Amino acid sequence: MSSAHTFRKLVYGITLFFITLSGFGQMPIFDRYHISDIPGLGWLAQFYVTHSIHYLFAVVLIALCVYVVLDFLLDKKGFPRVTAPGLVKVFFILGLLVTGGFMVVKNLPGVYFSHVMIYILDLSHILLCMALLMASAYTLIKRKSWVR
Amino acid sequence: MTSKISRRAFLKGSITAAGSVAVTTGVARAAKSLAKEDIEPLVTVIDISKCIGCEECVYACQESNASKFPEPKKPYPKMYPSTVPVQDWSDKRDTTDRLTPYNWLFIQTATATVNGEEIELTIPRRCMHCENPPCVKLCPWGSAKQEDNGLSRIDPDICLGGSKCKAVCPWDIPQRQTGTGLYLNLLPALAGNGVMYKCDRCYQKLEKGENPACIEACPEDVQVIGPRSKMVEHAHALAKEMNGYIYGEKENGGTNTIYVSPVPFDQLTFEKGDGKPHLDQVDNKMANGNNIARAMLLAPLAGAAAAFGKFYKQVKEDE
Repeated sequence: MSSAHTFRKLVYGITLFFITLSGFGQMPIFDRYHISDIPGLGWLAQFYVTHSIHYLFAVVLIALCVYVVLDFLLDKKGFPRVTAPGLVKVFFILGLLVTGGFMVVKNLPGVYFSHVMIYILDLSHILLCMALLMASAYTLIKRKSWVR
Repeated sequence: MTSKISRRAFLKGSITAAGSVAVTTGVARAAKSLAKEDIEPLVTVIDISKCIGCEECVYACQESNASKFPEPKKPYPKMYPSTVPVQDWSDKRDTTDRLTPYNWLFIQTATATVNGEEIELTIPRRCMHCENPPCVKLCPWGSAKQEDNGLSRIDPDICLGGSKCKAVCPWDIPQRQTGTGLYLNLLPALAGNGVMYKCDRCYQKLEKGENPACIEACPEDVQVIGPRSKMVEHAHALAKEMNGYIYGEKENGGTNTIYVSPVPFDQLTFEKGDGKPHLDQVDNKMANGNNIARAMLLAPLAGAAAAFGKFYKQVKEDE
């Protein structure tokens, strides 16, 4: 395994962890269940902090996704090697990027989305996140790789 | 309470007259047309020097929005962990000295010393209706929305009462009532805690081309409503005229409520706390996130540069 590949896996793992944690931090659950009372985890109940962290790791995730896609395109043997579980995860990540992108636009000043649109975006974003987590847990337990 | 009712009766005649005047003013006409045409957000300018603290706006607000108030059923489901607070205002519906789920507007009494003399000012307080409202933008459940006329409101049929809107509001405006809303049909013990309530600027009246109840009821014409550019101009002219001060135009990146006071806002002394919002300077709370959002536009370039860099290095090595 090349050092670039190991680095990529490490960046993805850290990004997935923090983006998920800060994403769940958008809901008022860490305070309710006293998780934010644990020393060092107080930031989980600070919504503006979790919001910024979520955005920062979204920047990393977007850069990583573009890097991986282009890397596969430039290496012509890349895409045929992607496994079925890998494709499923790609689909979920793509969905998260699209719904997340719309939500970022929604948060800009002067942007008015309909109530239904906001509701669909919020719900689909969290459902896609849950699906990605489950797919990731499956591939981790079953030792299924992204590529053959 | 009795004295308030008799005072109301006393003022009724003058309110009717003031209401008729307000409806026929240019500002009212502008509000009426804007409610339909969504050209600019609607802004209210509140001239504190005119407010006499009669609470007519408070009672008009309660009357106009009575059908939206919660009717919780008791006993409330037990919530876990036991530290989750039950917030019940259903037996204190007459409270008018602070914001509650049944009182979306109250009169805040402030004192200040001017030329060595203590003066008292009364200030109508309610949701500021931010230009970029964190309560709407950061609600994780999509329960809040902002309309193109600038008002923000919470949908009581969707809200779960998590109170995040209150936590992210610079003025802690939304107020929770436990025992009502959608959470009762989901997992009442484990998630949610009622519904959040706040001023929705009488959206049902704006939709009909009418002014919000607090504006219609005011016997002193303390508030005026109109398109943002005109109202900002009006607020500055008013401030210049009284040698006064402005609050709300720039706070939290700009709000759709602008107060004009003859006394600097930081020299006003009044009771602050839960349901009793401050008048401090507020930075744009959404600015950090929106700055990072701009960085998102550069992220694909960074990823592409890294991929092409790797490819170039590989080609060089192969040669």
